Amino acid sequence: MNHSNAVAGTMQSTKHGEGIVVSHNGFTSIARALLMIVIVALMVLPFLWMLSTSLKEQQYILKTTPELIPNPLTFTSYTQLADRIDLGRTFFNSLFVALVGTVGQILVAAMAAYAFSRLEWRGRNTVFMLYLATMMVPAVVLVVPQFILIRQLDWVNTYQALIVPGLFSAFGTFLLRQALLTIPKDFEEAAFVDGANHFTIFWRIILPLSRPALATLAVFSFMGYWNNYLYPLFVARKESVATLPIALATLQAGPRALTEWNIVMAGAVITVLPILVAYLLAQRWFVRGVISSGIKG
Amino acid sequence: MFLAPSLIGLLVFIVYPIIASLWLAFQDWNMLSAPKFIGLANFQELLQDQDFWRALRYTLTFVVLYVPSVFVIGLGLALLLNQKVRGMIIVRTSTFLPVVASWVVVSLIWKWIFNPSYGLINYGLALLGIQGPDWLFQPQTALYAMVITSIWKDVGYIALLYLGGLQSISETYYEAAQIDGAGRWRSFRSITLPLLSPTMFFVAITLLINYFQLFEQVWLMPMTDSAADRQLRVIVTEVVRNAFSYNRMGYASALSWVLFILIFIITFVQFRLQKRWVYYESQ
Repeated sequence: MNHSNAVAGTMQSTKHGEGIVVSHNGFTSIARALLMIVIVALMVLPFLWMLSTSLKEQQYILKTTPELIPNPLTFTSYTQLADRIDLGRTFFNSLFVALVGTVGQILVAAMAAYAFSRLEWRGRNTVFMLYLATMMVPAVVLVVPQFILIRQLDWVNTYQALIVPGLFSAFGTFLLRQALLTIPKDFEEAAFVDGANHFTIFWRIILPLSRPALATLAVFSFMGYWNNYLYPLFVARKESVATLPIALATLQAGPRALTEWNIVMAGAVITVLPILVAYLLAQRWFVRGVISSGIKG
Repeated sequence: MFLAPSLIGLLVFIVYPIIASLWLAFQDWNMLSAPKFIGLANFQELLQDQDFWRALRYTLTFVVLYVPSVFVIGLGLALLLNQKVRGMIIVRTSTFLPVVASWVVVSLIWKWIFNPSYGLINYGLALLGIQGPDWLFQPQTALYAMVITSIWKDVGYIALLYLGGLQSISETYYEAAQIDGAGRWRSFRSITLPLLSPTMFFVAITLLINYFQLFEQVWLMPMTDSAADRQLRVIVTEVVRNAFSYNRMGYASALSWVLFILIFIITFVQFRLQKRWVYYESQ
């Protein structure tokens, strides 16, 4: 209760500039600092707990007094994890699917966005409406028929099953079209005069100029592929193609999983670490992506 | 030429499956024999299906507990994040960590934290002298645990959506209000809330569309073979079970279309109601 009041109050004072902040009593800023620390702790602690558990031996995780710092610290959970699942293979599967999927999706979406923003053709608006309409259909409707389609194509337990259907997200096309519309036409008109064709313009002018939007889509796309669970669960369960989330979920469903939390958490660390690192490195693209996806509404 | 890859892919992998799914909803098909047209029988069965009604009840309960909570907490967090104070960037970065983590990882971390004997939550409750419940063993407490986990995972995302809206509000409004002698609460109510309402509307729509389809946490978090595991099922769980455990492709498709129609109606109603509370600056 007093939290939200403090939040509402201080928000305003900063809006008014520094003078008001000074005249404000120190209590608010202490309360705010405390609140900030509590929030950071709440957000980070579960991840630290995951890491800590993964560095303990099994007999030490089943203690009634939890200890955040592992004592003794050991990597045996990770070697045990490597005995349970083919770690290298699974990691490669995840990375391969996410990278190929991301590059593919960007290319497909950028080309379509070019057609929707730069080329004049009959029925352009109608087709664009079709794209928007597919964005409204919830993913759950696609689960069953996409699985059937993958079976008909004989793609079950293949990389293409994991990669291909995700390439054609209308969202990517939509996002990039919005970005391309903001690029002035002067550049390409000059290039046309110099005798460039559409492919040169797309490749040499449009793509480099829309780099921020491409980065945003790349972030979304990579995250989508890396974290996806519901769809791969039914089209690619076999160990040779299974991605990290699938392998991890199988691990915890096993009969011994009740007491093997150190191993499960080791798997969680390996699954989540790359995406957390990617986020910390490319933070501004994540932030920009979320905000731009919010503006479309 | 530029459109061809995208359009062909969209038609094959998105549009065709949607149409096929609609067609399947009127068939009886186990993927072994040929599909058989059975008219509305799938939908009639669904009305009698206790599992469906239970799943709908749990889905609605989850949405009712989760959506208003994250809607309000997300707004509070956004107001905090919007302050230009040293160290705020750390708060923003940390609240976004769970957003980029996968649901599988988040579900498992919290499944461990909610462990009744060795989990952090019950340890914390014990320190306060409270005997913690069996969380992920019982449907009711498991539902609370999942709502808490979902808030933790999504609140940074929701706050960031709000933050975009907050930062587009011009400072001149606040300056004018201050000159007029308006207090903080007054300018929050009269300036922030109305100008933020389009963002709030978008947040509400997004939350409801996503959470009627909740699945991963419900699928992964309950303890194997517990009462929660057997009973706590949502609509997407029922779609998945019918399709992949019982090979009832027609019935599963019918279920997914019922969910689609529900989501559609709720979104439509929200659009109708938006005139009552959403304020657009250009008007």
